[in-house]
Amino acid sequence: MARTTTIVRSTDRAAAPLQGPARKRKRSTAWLNLLYVPALLLFAVFIFYPFVKGVQISFTNWDGYNQDYKWIGGSNYKRFFNDPDMGRVIRNTIIYGVGSAFLQNLIGLAYALFLNMNIRTRGVVRTVIYLPVIISSLIMGYIWYFFFQYDGGAINDILLLFQDEPSNLLGDKDWNSWIITFVNTYQYLGIAMVLFLAGLQTIPKDYYEAATIDGATALSRFRHITWPLIAPSLTVSMVLNLIGGLKLFDVIVAMTNSGPGYASASMSSIMYLLYFGREDAGYAATIGILMFVMISVVSIFALYLLRRREVHA
Amino acid sequence: MRNKRSAWLTSLSLVICLIHILPFYILLTTSFKAADDLSSKWVMPGYLFLDNFSSAWREANMMSAFRSNLIVTAVSVVLIIIIGSIAAYPLARYQTRWNQFVYAVFVSALIVPPLTILVPLYKFMVDIGGMNQYWGIILLFVTFNLPMTIFLYTGFISTIPRELDEAAMIDGAGRFELFYRILLPLLKPITATVIILTGVAVWNDYQFSVFFLQHPHTRTITVALASFFGQYNSNIGWVAAGSLMGALPMIVLYLFLQRYFISGLASGAIKG
Repeated sequence: MARTTTIVRSTDRAAAPLQGPARKRKRSTAWLNLLYVPALLLFAVFIFYPFVKGVQISFTNWDGYNQDYKWIGGSNYKRFFNDPDMGRVIRNTIIYGVGSAFLQNLIGLAYALFLNMNIRTRGVVRTVIYLPVIISSLIMGYIWYFFFQYDGGAINDILLLFQDEPSNLLGDKDWNSWIITFVNTYQYLGIAMVLFLAGLQTIPKDYYEAATIDGATALSRFRHITWPLIAPSLTVSMVLNLIGGLKLFDVIVAMTNSGPGYASASMSSIMYLLYFGREDAGYAATIGILMFVMISVVSIFALYLLRRREVHA
Repeated sequence: MRNKRSAWLTSLSLVICLIHILPFYILLTTSFKAADDLSSKWVMPGYLFLDNFSSAWREANMMSAFRSNLIVTAVSVVLIIIIGSIAAYPLARYQTRWNQFVYAVFVSALIVPPLTILVPLYKFMVDIGGMNQYWGIILLFVTFNLPMTIFLYTGFISTIPRELDEAAMIDGAGRFELFYRILLPLLKPITATVIILTGVAVWNDYQFSVFFLQHPHTRTITVALASFFGQYNSNIGWVAAGSLMGALPMIVLYLFLQRYFISGLASGAIKG
């Protein structure tokens, strides 16, 4: 089989010596492209088609089951922006996204700089800090629930030393979305740390030596050498964590189930509640589409800003 | 002077470790504590109590959940590797304008979480009879993990010298032979990365499994735990024991292969 194709090709070349090689490449390319057809097919069926359907559903009042439903134009979108619950949901989604991305990068960078100082226990620390990354975030949510729960929670055991009544931390509107942000940060800051460690490794040691000889302080060495040169790590880590936080779902379900009311809901968790709890499929689809728009706009914008920084550095 | 500084840094690093290990300590104390033991979660029980584990194992039907997890993860990862690696080959080797466009389509899906199309996806799965079936969720996992897989394989194949292909072709190897005999062995390191990345993601998944595998016979560990938590959230010891059992396989694997886990995930991300 292989041999015959070679023969055909060599006669080709003999017949048209000038354009032969070019034509050969073109022909073999065309059928090799068949190799990505399975992947494209899966994409078409499970991403593109549902997406188009989703846009359609977002303009209807479908309840999720009934076959007859009406086209209601942009009412779902109008409803979203006038919905008193949604202000809170958008606020939470932004806290989960921007808040945890900021914290993860800050703490991750601090840890990376620390471990880069020739710490003897470096391997152990890295293993321990990275461990939560490989655990299901639902399970991670339960583990932290044991800390923050009202009745017999580990945090309340400490608080009770100073106050008479336990605090309902997860039921408190001022606290719960920050607690969830904290849990998400704890779980995934290992990724930021590892990315920064890898970035620090690429910086040549001579830069620091030269700067030290010139009398640069530790702070100015960080500002003028480390910070610009870890820009690629920062870009990846920031965008990755931003997307991860904006779509947060599992931890919320595990810790508060979006409650009390919708006080700790994110866009993904409220979409779930509206679809399965309230049978409000058209509205849920609308929230999905808006989430899609928001996440792509935010991450492309962040990518653009951070990449531009890299070029300047 | 130097010794003093190093001792100080080492103890600081141990404090950081302790803080990060705390949740696992609480998980342990909670899961080994009897329901009528009202002592604080900070206190290790002074007795050996395994009832939480046996109850959780039985009540959450963990045996069947583990089986589901194994089937779904193994089949998904194998399919992801086959479909992803063959798709990356023409995209890396023949960068025509059309192929660059196809590559951009695949990779752009990296940014957008598939959760946003949940409602239509759910309807579609009901329509094609894929609900509560292993094949249904496996197809979803394969699709959603393809962007990362194609991205990694395409990047990696581009770094393999083209001359290798040409040398093999001169020796009379066909394209497929070339791919499987010459390229595939070279792809081992990136394949290890893909296995870890997608394997962890699929094994730990909750946000899709909860919708598409709800049936008690096919549901996975996370779904079983969540419904168990809904039923028995007053019995926190059971939930803790179930969580511990659910997390244990990944923890053990991680402790043995941590070098691959950490470098794999980092190399996967840094190339972005």
